[in-house]
Amino acid sequence: MSGWVWALFLRELRLSVRVGGGALIGVLFFLAVITVIPFGVGPDLNLLALIGPAVLWIGALLATLLGLDRLFQADRDDGSLDLMLMAGRPLELLVLVKCAAHWLGTGLPLVIAAPVLSIFLNLEPLAVGAVTLTLLAGTPALTLIGAIGAALTVSLRRGGLLLAVLVIPFSIPVLIFGVSAAGAVTREPAPFLTPFLFLCALSLIALVVGPVASALALRFSSD
Amino acid sequence: MAILDLANPTRFLSLAQRLLPWVSVACVAAFVAGLYLTFFVAPDDYQQGATVKIMYLHVPAAWLSMLCYSTMALSALGTLIWKHPLADVSAKAAAPIGAAFTFVSLITGSLWGKPMWGTYWVWDARLTSVLVLFIMYLGLIALWRTIEDPIRAGKAAAVLTLVGAINLPIIKFSVDWWNTLHQPASVIRMDGPTIHASILWPLSVMALAFTLLFLVMHLMAMRNEILRRRVRTLQLHAASARHGVATPQAAE
Repeated sequence: MSGWVWALFLRELRLSVRVGGGALIGVLFFLAVITVIPFGVGPDLNLLALIGPAVLWIGALLATLLGLDRLFQADRDDGSLDLMLMAGRPLELLVLVKCAAHWLGTGLPLVIAAPVLSIFLNLEPLAVGAVTLTLLAGTPALTLIGAIGAALTVSLRRGGLLLAVLVIPFSIPVLIFGVSAAGAVTREPAPFLTPFLFLCALSLIALVVGPVASALALRFSSD
Repeated sequence: MAILDLANPTRFLSLAQRLLPWVSVACVAAFVAGLYLTFFVAPDDYQQGATVKIMYLHVPAAWLSMLCYSTMALSALGTLIWKHPLADVSAKAAAPIGAAFTFVSLITGSLWGKPMWGTYWVWDARLTSVLVLFIMYLGLIALWRTIEDPIRAGKAAAVLTLVGAINLPIIKFSVDWWNTLHQPASVIRMDGPTIHASILWPLSVMALAFTLLFLVMHLMAMRNEILRRRVRTLQLHAASARHGVATPQAAE
C-alpha cells in the first residue's frame, strides 16, 4: 500500500525539480511580482509595509496559479496519466500524493522565499513571521483547490488561462483569511488566531474536496 | 409524470411545447401586475424618493441569480449520479440566464447606489459575493465553450458547479467577515418580514414574475440546446458518411 505512494511521491518530486520540471520558476515569478509592485504604487516604505502582507499573498496566489497547469498536463501528454488511471489504485489518494509533491516543489519554495521578499516591502519582524506562517498554512489549500481546475482543464490544449479564471473565485476565502491573519499582527485590535484558524480549516476542507473533485474530473476526462 | 419519463428528449420537447404558451402568458400577466403595483401602488420612500423602485427589479434579480445556481447544482447532481440525459442540457441552459440575472442585479444595485451611497460601486460584502458569483457563472460558461464534446463538457461543468455549490457559502461567509456595509437581510428572516406589506406585495409579485421569466427562458434554452445537439449529431453523421468512416458517437 505505502510502497506505491512513496514511489509516486518521489517520482513527482524528481520530475518537478529536474530539468524541464520548472519548480523554481514559481519563486522567480514571485520575485518578479514583488519587484513590480513598488513601480506601481510608488517607493513609499510606510505604504509598502501597510500593503506588504496582501502583496505577498497575491504574489503567492499568482505564482501558484501559474504552476498548476503542470500538475496533470505533462503526465497526460506522455501517457502516464492514463497508466495511473488504469492502475486500479484509489484515484483520490493518487491526486493527493501528486498535490503533496507539487506543493513541496512549488508551494514550499514560495513560503521559504516570503521572509526574504518581505524585506523589500519593509515588513516588521513580527509581520514577516505572520506572513510566512499564514502562507505555510494557506498555500496547500491553493494547490488543492487549484488541482480541481487543473483536472478540469487537463484535456484542453491551452487551459492555463481558463484554469486561473476557474480557480480564482474559489481561492478568495483563502486570500481573505490569509491576509487578515497576516495583517492582524500590525493592526493592534484585530486578532491573529481567529482568521488563522479559519485559514487552517479552509486548508483542511480543501484537503477533502480537492482530491475528491479532481479525481472525479480526471475520470470524466479520460472516458 | 415521473422525471425519468422526461429523459426522452422528444417527450420533453413536446411537453415544453405544450407548457410554454401557458407559462409565457402567466409570466406576462405577472409582469403587468408587478410593474403596475411597483409604479402606481407601492409608496415612495420618505428618504429615498422614487429610487426605491429600483429595489423591485434588484431584489428579484438577486434571488433569481441564486435560484439559477441552485437549479444548476441540482442538474449537476442529475448529471453525475443518475446520468440523466437532460440534466446537463438543463445546467447548460441555466448558466447564461443566471449570469444575466446576476448582471441585472449588479447593474440595478450600482444604479441605486449612486444616488444613495454616492458611488456606483463599494467593496461591500454582498456586492462582492455577487460579483464572485458572476465570475463563477462566466467561468462555467467558458468551460462549456472550450470543451468540444457536449457530454464531456457537461460532466466537467457538473463537477465545477458542485464544487461551487460547496464553496459559495464559504465565500459568502468569508466576504462577510472581510467587510460589511450592506443592510442585513430583511425579507427572509426567522421572525417574519420586517418590511411593510405595501412594499412586500409588489415585491412578491415581481419575484413571481421573475421566476416565471426564468422558467420560460429556461424551457426555451433547453429546447434550443436539444435541437442544437441534434444538428451537431446530424452534421457528424453527414461528415462521417461523406468520408466513409464509422460514426464517432451515437445519436442522442
